[in-house]
Amino acid sequence: MTRRAPDVIVIGGGLHGCSTALHLARRGIRALVIEKDHVGRHASGVNAGGVRRLGRHFAEIPLSVASMEIWHSIRDLVDDDCGFESHGQIKVAENEAEFETLRRRVEDVRALGFDHEELIDARELCELVPAISTHCIGAIVCRSDGAALPYRTTLAFKRKAEALGAEVIEGECVTKVARTGPIWRVMTQTGTYEAPIIVNAAGGWADRIAAQLGEQVPLQTIALMLMITAPMAPFIKPVMGATGRPLSFKQFPNGTVLIGGGYTGKAERDHNHTTLDFAKLALSARTVWDLFPVMRGAEIVRCWAGLEGRMPDDIPVIGPSATHENAYHAFGFSAHGFQLGPIVGAILAELIATGATNLPIAPFRIDRFRV
Amino acid sequence: MSAIDALRNEYDVAVIGAGPAGLAAASVAARAGLATVLLDEQGTPGGQIYRSITTTPLQSRAVLGADYWAGSPLVDELRASGAEYVPGATVWSLSREREIGVSIGGAARLIAARRVIIATGALERPFPIPGWTLPGVMTAGAAQIMLKSSGMTAGGRVILAGCGPLLWLLAWQYVNAGAKIAALLDTTSSANRRAALPHALSFLTSPYLLKGLRLLREVRRAVPVISNVIALKAEGEGRLRGVTYRTERGGDRMEPCDALLLHQGVVPNVNLAMSVEIEHRWDDVQLCWSPVLDGDFASSVEGIAIAGDGAGIAGAGAARERGRIAGFAAVRALRPEAAAQHVSAESAARQALAREQRGRAFLDLLYRPAPQFRQPSGDTIVCRCEEVTAQQIVDTVALGCTGPNQMKSFLRSGMGPCQGRLCGLTVTELIAQARGVSPQEVGYYRLRPPVKPITLGELAHLPKTEAAVKAVVRS
Repeated sequence: MTRRAPDVIVIGGGLHGCSTALHLARRGIRALVIEKDHVGRHASGVNAGGVRRLGRHFAEIPLSVASMEIWHSIRDLVDDDCGFESHGQIKVAENEAEFETLRRRVEDVRALGFDHEELIDARELCELVPAISTHCIGAIVCRSDGAALPYRTTLAFKRKAEALGAEVIEGECVTKVARTGPIWRVMTQTGTYEAPIIVNAAGGWADRIAAQLGEQVPLQTIALMLMITAPMAPFIKPVMGATGRPLSFKQFPNGTVLIGGGYTGKAERDHNHTTLDFAKLALSARTVWDLFPVMRGAEIVRCWAGLEGRMPDDIPVIGPSATHENAYHAFGFSAHGFQLGPIVGAILAELIATGATNLPIAPFRIDRFRV
Repeated sequence: MSAIDALRNEYDVAVIGAGPAGLAAASVAARAGLATVLLDEQGTPGGQIYRSITTTPLQSRAVLGADYWAGSPLVDELRASGAEYVPGATVWSLSREREIGVSIGGAARLIAARRVIIATGALERPFPIPGWTLPGVMTAGAAQIMLKSSGMTAGGRVILAGCGPLLWLLAWQYVNAGAKIAALLDTTSSANRRAALPHALSFLTSPYLLKGLRLLREVRRAVPVISNVIALKAEGEGRLRGVTYRTERGGDRMEPCDALLLHQGVVPNVNLAMSVEIEHRWDDVQLCWSPVLDGDFASSVEGIAIAGDGAGIAGAGAARERGRIAGFAAVRALRPEAAAQHVSAESAARQALAREQRGRAFLDLLYRPAPQFRQPSGDTIVCRCEEVTAQQIVDTVALGCTGPNQMKSFLRSGMGPCQGRLCGLTVTELIAQARGVSPQEVGYYRLRPPVKPITLGELAHLPKTEAAVKAVVRS
């Protein structure tokens, strides 16, 4: 069987890879996605599902705001609501110093021309989140932020991309990327694929693909830990975070509560392997104990971790290769890439189709790591 | 000092589970002078098979039978051995470095062991028939727990359905206890009887043969047995009213009942072992996952052994001998100077194990549950925790979810408090059937600690270790 050569090969079947394939397909550009495991196997499928503008690095805010527009009509894009619900995201201050940090943050965000982050006092916090511990004195709220179901979302992007003509190969690991004239040759353990353009969306493994393009990047593969409880009576709608310590906290419609926030276990990317660190999960539990007294007797039924690529400056790499034409990167989302998925695919498709994008992606260029 | 504070930071040997295998393993290790702890979730020793053996109100030996009371010497042996026996201890995690997460009375701790022997036994195979989640339907195993621990039998009109030695044993114990059973619906197929026949000869030498035949005869004398049942459905709205069944001869019949006790065999309880990524393989005869073990019951993970039915179903007598052998292996590894004196005892244990395992193939083939009772269809619930149906599983395979982990991410099946114990095998088999491949290829849920729920409070107050460093990553 001979397959028609694709226009673009996307390496990595996570959300960003599938989103890129989908947005390319919408422009009539045919992508082939090559995924070494199955689509959504790693960070894209097992993250906390936060759809958040709140607290973004300033460089990410324009992208995050644009992505949020897509999230609010996600069904129009992928024919699936992705489990997206918008009950806001809130970041609490536990003392005066933290509240001051939040106050300055909101001012800075406003100075940049954005008004999605609002400072609220203890009274309004208590109205929005009656379950919050009384020691909290205020918060930032992003009222139209929310959360979605990560695996369902990634699968929806994949299926819609396929419906529009993209092809997805699972279970083949890219071992080599090389260029012969204008054609990229992408080799896996079982086959060779060719296309004039490639996209590196290989997540926690993306530095290896970049290295083959002569671009060394200091990517660290991390294993972010999450835990989930048995169902509890509904007590909270917004997704919660904290200022002075790591936390991501939300209750699903089925009553289970997801607790994350950035504590890492041990990552062994060569074996697709993560090991949980209960001493650190204990810190996470301690935070929840302090902030939500209703949770003290909650039963933790499951913990897990997903492999994710992290950059030293905690913002991703997005944009063209600095060494080769017709090669692009989108990786290193450093534990907050899920919300950006819809827009990053659109940006890459725009770059590939038109050579430019209106969104400010200069801060994410790959050559910022050159020594 | 509370029980959790009384634990040492490190033991030579930690045995998890105080059934026949765990009792025997801990006794052997402790007698040889190894610092041994036996952690058990129950309040009294015995595991499931000898549950409540030290406390049961059914003191007449005739009710539960001689095989049950065979557990008493094992408990005596443990008490004399010097092993530290810790009841009420839930093991919720185990790492490859043999760090054990344990909770006692609402407090948790991490302890270490140089050798770990997992003796967490078996659990009942899921029996997902239409209506199996109705109140009034329970497993034969659950009914047996009630009987052993509090002397209670199910009330009203009771029907037993399914296959396997435990179903018949429960029927016999119910009869002995004076309870009335309206019917026993036997799902053993005539095809199984034919398949098992060539192995009957080896079963003739099994220690179970005479006992088994006598038990079957006594049950048949007291209980109407309907054979060759090929379909079952629990009927009722909100509560069980009866059971509809069909035999190989055809025609549906409905029997009213207040309690339906289901059972179709037991399978290794793999959760703890799989959570530490011990290699398992699909067993095509026993239709379950079994760990890959060597002759000493050592697993693919250094320093961790699996004894008892968790190593593959073989019954209580075999479990006891496997526990001893795993115990001797720990002694050889940690106190070689003490091992020499055990040579003859170990060889006796290996001979006894061979004797106990005789005729197993006959039982495995005879009581192999039929496909329609393992691979449900339509709106029959598969995952009870998240209320996922068989049809949803099949539809989700069509969406491109080709394994249990994608299924879990998509439907949440297996993500509930039971952590797949009640749906895992069914999900694997349904996916395998839908894809036309073997269960081995489909695989199982990736299991993660905690393998048993712990409270947020227990985790929050876990004593701090050096590894507790500040987090650096924001989510």
